[in-house]
Formats: sequence, structure tokens, C-alpha cells
Amino acid sequence: MAYSDKVVDHYNNPRNVGTLDKSSAEVGTGLVGAPECGDVMRLQIRVNPETQVIEEAKFKTFGCGSAIASSSLATEWIKGRKVEEALTIKNTDIVKELSLPPVKIHCSVLAEDAIRAAIGDWKKKNGVAETEQAAVSAN
Amino acid sequence: MSTVGSQIEVPAGVSLPIYMDNHATSPMDPRVLEAMMPFFTQKFGNAASRNHSFGWEAEQAVETAREQIAKLIGATAKEIIFTSGATESNNLAIKGIAEMYRERGNHIITQVTEHKAVLDTCKRLEKYGYRVTYLPVKADGLIDIEDLKRAIDDKTILVTIMAANNEIGVLQPIREIGKICHEKGVLFHSDAVQAVGKVPVNVIADNIDVLSLTAHKIYGPKGVGALYVRRRNPRVQIAAQIDGGGHERGMRSGTLNVPGIVGLGKACEIAMNEMENEAAYLRGLRDRLKAKFETELDYVHVNGSWEHRLPGNLNMSFVYVEGESLLMGINDVAVSSGSACTSATLEPSYVLKALGLGDDVAHSSIRFGLGRFNTQAEVDYVAAKVIDIVKHLRELSPLYEMVKEGIDLTKIEWQAH
Repeated sequence: MAYSDKVVDHYNNPRNVGTLDKSSAEVGTGLVGAPECGDVMRLQIRVNPETQVIEEAKFKTFGCGSAIASSSLATEWIKGRKVEEALTIKNTDIVKELSLPPVKIHCSVLAEDAIRAAIGDWKKKNGVAETEQAAVSAN
Repeated sequence: MSTVGSQIEVPAGVSLPIYMDNHATSPMDPRVLEAMMPFFTQKFGNAASRNHSFGWEAEQAVETAREQIAKLIGATAKEIIFTSGATESNNLAIKGIAEMYRERGNHIITQVTEHKAVLDTCKRLEKYGYRVTYLPVKADGLIDIEDLKRAIDDKTILVTIMAANNEIGVLQPIREIGKICHEKGVLFHSDAVQAVGKVPVNVIADNIDVLSLTAHKIYGPKGVGALYVRRRNPRVQIAAQIDGGGHERGMRSGTLNVPGIVGLGKACEIAMNEMENEAAYLRGLRDRLKAKFETELDYVHVNGSWEHRLPGNLNMSFVYVEGESLLMGINDVAVSSGSACTSATLEPSYVLKALGLGDDVAHSSIRFGLGRFNTQAEVDYVAAKVIDIVKHLRELSPLYEMVKEGIDLTKIEWQAH
């Protein structure tokens, strides 16, 4: 399998790897995927309670190079955005940016799910009403 | 920033990429190529041409090869049938016996970690009204002999069990299997593609009636293989699956691939002479590789029996690291993974699953297939590189972090997708 240069770059130099304190009220954690399926993503955000801006985003991913790249890219994109803005990121945007082949589209879907799950967790903690979109992703 | 693993120094004498996937295929030994060369342009005769020297010369070369192959497996030259490779040999053996012994019975016994050439052949026979028993394997990859004994009934005509597995390298107890088959009057076929030339295989001592082998796994050319068909005690009959000029005692028609056959013969002769030393050498390399992983990394384990295993095989799971991402990091080393992502079907290895390993462990497996031309310097480089990448990927792995924190991953409600 040939990987695009961008996938290789994220694989070699993953952005925003790490762990945030999941017990903090400002932190939302999304854990998606399953070990049996060969990919698990954990994406965490720290949101400024005043501005609703995602000031920090961290990830860890067990999965193929495309899964690692998708989650790494996702953290880059959501950092500095407002929560509601981050929710507009679509898996197809990730597919396009990383030139993922059809068999790797599920990696981008998982990254989108991870963003939604992390935001959903943060909203739950902070008593923010779920948007329709986020509620769908929780199913 | 630098590429992961790029700081690992390439030792002197090592050129990249390194080939360590010798269960898939092996490079041809230059001595084999040398033996084959005259049979392309000068000695190009058809071995079936009885009326001129070109034919006699080709026939003589084929008969020499038959002797070389027979000697390696303890057979006689007349018992060797040439084919296009092991897939054809397995098809011919199983379908040919099923057809020939149909009146005696319709039951075939095999086991779940066989190569697809055996499993898919058996599946096709099921469509034609044959009954097939797929024996399970134990956690070490070996079948339970008691299961085999119980499975044989009065309709059983054939037991087909591989000698060595292509993924995990485990050696089935073929001698015992053959003994039981002979006691019960059932034919025993063994797909010995991975075993022949690597470990001693003797059709008499091992009670094998029909055996498949191929050239390209033993440093010979691709596209040529053989089937051993026993002529005495019992005399095995096989219905041809390819009809034509009646070559190979009527069992396999088609003009013989003389250069390929010469290469197969030469490869067997070399294996015969060098197998003992080579096995010790490969075992040394393999043990060195394993020891390095076990010293430097936690959560690694060998898949399949360590005791009953091919000398050149190391199948290891680097748990909490996904196989394809590991392969991506060692792209200057040719190995294989049991990960779903590396297969066309997106299913993890059925062989590893048959051992009772979770899909997550199967996803983390790498098969190292050491061969004649691998060196200690290559092993050291591969070990250093893999260790470096595994450490990098574990820093990225949420599973590794969770396990380190003492979280039981089996207790988490994963969202399967």
C-alpha cells in the first residue's frame, strides 16, 4: 500500500500526541473504535469556559498509519476553533486532505466520531445541550 | 523533524531493503539458476520427444531431478509427479483422491489452519457431496491427536494435514497422524511446502501417502512443484484433474517444464546437503531476534508452539501496536503481518484466530521468515528498527497507556464499527 506524503508526515511526526486530565471539567474525552477492529482513537480537548474555544487538543491512536494521520490531523484542525465550529469538520474533509484510498475511509470516519465524542463528553460535563448533530453521533 | 527509526544505523555489509519474508517465497539460489540455464536455450527439448537427442537430453535431466527430489523425502523417483506448484499439487491430491475413492467413502478430514489451497479445495468438494471435518487446533497451533482418532469413521477416505504452517511455522505431528491413518486404512496427504528442505521429512518414517512440495520456497524457481504419490503399501491412485497427453503416468498431462524441474531438483539436492547446518544457523538467528525483542520490549509474545516450529520462523505479537502501522515504520524490511489492514479481505489472520487469540492480538502480529541468505547483521538491524518503531507507536497507543495504568481493556465497552 502506498501512503500519501501527508499520511507519512503525520505518521513520522504526529502532532499533539498526549493525554489531558480527563477528570477536569474543561476537558472532554472521546474514545472510539475497538481493539478487535484494529483501531482505537482517543481524542481529548480542553475548552476555555469563557470563549468556548478549544485551546488544547491531544490524541493517542492504536491503528494503521491512516488512522494515526486522521486523528493527528483532526487535533490540528480543531485546535483554536470554537466547539460548534469543530463540529462542522467532516470525514470527507480528512479523506481529501490526506488523499486516503477507499479502504481507509473508515479511518476518517473514526476521526470525525472522535471529535464528536470528545465534544459530547465536554458538553455533558458542562451541562451544555447537545446539538442535533452530536446526538446523532452518540448513537 | 527526522523520520521515525531513521537514526538506526545500517551496519556495514547490509543493503536495504532487507528480505525477511521467506515463507512467502525465497530468492533463487545462484547454484539453482546455474543448473537451469542450459535448459532454456541449448537443451530446450521436450522431455516427451522419444525420437531424438534433444528429447532424450531433456528426459534425462527430468529423471535426475526426480531422483534428487525423491532422495530428499525418502521416496523413489517413480513416485514423483511434476506440477506447476503447490496449489496444483494440493488440488490434484485432494480432488484426485476424492474422485478415485468415491465408492469407498465421501469423508475427508483436515484442520482449520491449512493453507487456502487445501481449505478451498475441501470446500469445493463439500459442494459435490463430500463431507469434510475441519479439526480445531490447540492454543499452540497443533491438532489434538485424540480429535483426529475420533473424527475418522468408516466413510473416511483421506486425512490432509500440513507438515508446517506458513504463518506460525508450527510443525504438526505428521508421523503420529500418518500412523493413525495407516492403522485405520485411511490415506494421508500432507502439504509439506514449508517443511521440505527445512526440517527432515521422510515419507516412509512419517507414514505419508501423498505429499505436496514446491520449488520457490526452497530457493528454487516459481511455477514448478511436485506431488509424491506412494506406489507401495498402499499403492495410491489419483484421478487426473488435467487431461491430455498422458504425461506423468497419466496423473498430470502437459509438457514438462524442464528448466523449472531441473531447478527444483537442484534446490532439493542443495537442501539435502545443507539442511542440517542451515537449520542450526537459522535457529540461531531467529533466537537472537526473539531475545532482542523480549529484552527491550514488554507485552510481546510468540504465536504458536515454540518447541514444534520451523527453524526460520518467528511469529510475534507486539501487543497494543497495530501491525500495519508497524510495517509502515519498517518499510525497508520485508516481513508480513496478520493484521486485517494488510489483507485484501480486511479480516485478521484466520490462523491466529484459530489459536484462540483475540483479534486485537492478531492485528499486532508480525511474521519474520528467516532464510538462507539472511545474516546476523541484518537481524540486528531489523531488531533495532522494530524495537524503535514499537516504542514510538506505543507512545501513540491509548491501549498501551491504559494497560500501564492498570485498566482492564476487556472490561471496557468498545464501540465496534
